[in-house]
Amino acid sequence: MGNLFKIAVRNLLRYKRRTILTASLITVGVVFVLVFISVSGSFKNMMIGQITDSMLGHVQVHRKGYVASIENLPLTLNLRPEEVKRLETILNSHSEVEAYSPRIKLGGGFSNFAETTNIRLNGVYPEREFKTVPLLLSRIIEGKKWIEKGEIIVPVLLTKGMNVNMGDTVVVVATNKDGSVNGKQFKVAGVLESAVGPGGRDGYIHIEDARELLRMDEMEISEVAIRLKEFGRLKKFNEKLSGLLSKDLNSQGKPAFEVHTWETLSPFYNIARMIDVMTFFIKLMLIAIVLISIMNVMIMAVYERIREIGTIAAIGTLPGKILSMFVIEGFCLGIVGALIGNIVGVSIILLLNLLKIKFNFGQQTGLLLVANITPSDLIFISVTVIIVSVIASLQPAFKASRMEPIEALRHV
Amino acid sequence: MSLITAENIQKDYKTGEVTVKALKGLSFEIEPASFVSFVGPSGSGKTTLLNLIGCLDKPTSGRLKVADTDILHLDRKESASFRGSNIGFIFQDFNLLPVLTVYENIEYPLLMVQSVPAAERNKRVNTLLEAVGMTEQRDKYPDQISGGQKQRVAVARALVTNPKLVLADEPTANLDHKTAYMVIELMKKMRDEFRTTFIFSTHDQKIVGEAEIIFTLEDGELKGKDAMGDVGNG
Repeated sequence: MGNLFKIAVRNLLRYKRRTILTASLITVGVVFVLVFISVSGSFKNMMIGQITDSMLGHVQVHRKGYVASIENLPLTLNLRPEEVKRLETILNSHSEVEAYSPRIKLGGGFSNFAETTNIRLNGVYPEREFKTVPLLLSRIIEGKKWIEKGEIIVPVLLTKGMNVNMGDTVVVVATNKDGSVNGKQFKVAGVLESAVGPGGRDGYIHIEDARELLRMDEMEISEVAIRLKEFGRLKKFNEKLSGLLSKDLNSQGKPAFEVHTWETLSPFYNIARMIDVMTFFIKLMLIAIVLISIMNVMIMAVYERIREIGTIAAIGTLPGKILSMFVIEGFCLGIVGALIGNIVGVSIILLLNLLKIKFNFGQQTGLLLVANITPSDLIFISVTVIIVSVIASLQPAFKASRMEPIEALRHV
Repeated sequence: MSLITAENIQKDYKTGEVTVKALKGLSFEIEPASFVSFVGPSGSGKTTLLNLIGCLDKPTSGRLKVADTDILHLDRKESASFRGSNIGFIFQDFNLLPVLTVYENIEYPLLMVQSVPAAERNKRVNTLLEAVGMTEQRDKYPDQISGGQKQRVAVARALVTNPKLVLADEPTANLDHKTAYMVIELMKKMRDEFRTTFIFSTHDQKIVGEAEIIFTLEDGELKGKDAMGDVGNG
């Protein structure tokens, strides 16, 4: 095998310019793919991080049917305290869970005593909420990064429109699930920057205030947001939790809970999917580049060496060995292209990170581009290039191995 | 016992609608360790006959046995194996592999065809390098040596597997007379040393005289067989 490699490498070096051009083409393709994957991956991760870590959490659990009516924030579909307790027992027993935050979500009227507008409020335990969605803290652009009872964090959209300032007293009026209206005064303790996606009118109050405002006899929860220790385990955790909660049936014998990952709760999942689709097509382009360039160079190599093929076939080289000789040439080209491509690609990615490029996403500005490529990406791209190189060499190599020596020796 | 037995072999080529009879019922025998030449004008069938003996092609009809093997019934892979074990080739254009050195070109059949162990390979290649007088050029590539030297390397490559038969189609056609004569002498010397049968084709009358048995071909027919001096005495 070593001798086949030696002959293949020498044959490649025999046509240096052509070999360099082909290897360069593969290299450029690999570099392009690696840089695209790292930059688009960075953007995608940043976007997912912004959505999950500042608002949604990784997973949410609701009462069955709540998500279908989520725009109405239906108080009649809140989780009962005993259901919340059962859910918390399950969550506490799972080591994958880093934190979870029960929320009461409600819609109401927001008044500065002169004007009134709509507001969506999240009643939360501040400590648990900030652990579950840590980027929420960075969205509080003014005021203290905490929520005491009697305080409200108001979305920036309302502070501007209603001319509300820090320390002002405002009133929130809400209708409870029985239809009676109640109002409560709050002191503005913070201003909240809008997150990406829906949430431009979302404010935060303490969960006890939400309970009081809605006159709940006992604590009913609209949703439980969950943060995982490892985002990569999202799918498995979702399956496991869904499986466990599906056994918890309501009085009609149907599942009491529904579990959703951020993907089904946010329209931005489609953008993330589009990035994946684009990455897939970029990879397809790389495959096409490698396939065409290697096939082209190997067809030329076979055509130029017909008499040599005839000679080695005449002196008894078996067809399989002739096939191997040419396949190894393609394989070597693929290896060289992939190797140099990886080195150059990783260098460019490092350079991009050194340049500290910033971009904006939604309301978030000055986000730092952290181009990142994983070893598994490098291995996947390299293996793809090498496999495609071998496949591209097969047809010309097969043709060479099937040549009749007598015909090949006559070739001029 | 004959090394080659040809019985009424015929070879036809079809060119469009026309069938050309390249060989018209040839019968002959060649003994081991002979030094044989097929002579005749262009188109007489020399190369066609050598291709059949060399298992590179098959007769249209007749029977051809080489080294006790009926070559008519060999498939593609068996033919390659048979050639690798029993036949050495010397080509008019030398046909050395340009990416291999002189040493590696001679070594090639042992390495890629017969898978001979390294020590044995080294011994056999060095013996032949010495025999053909190319030891000093062992690390040179084909484009760094002369035509005569290339043909000497080709002779060594043909002999390195210890074949029963070496076939040379116009081995001196691209060489000047002096070098051609030296190559033929080298082939004869190798025959004497290794007891290998050499069959070569030529139309050079001066070179023909070096053969011990001469078969004359004309229009695909065998017109005569002449024995010159002490045949196959080694």
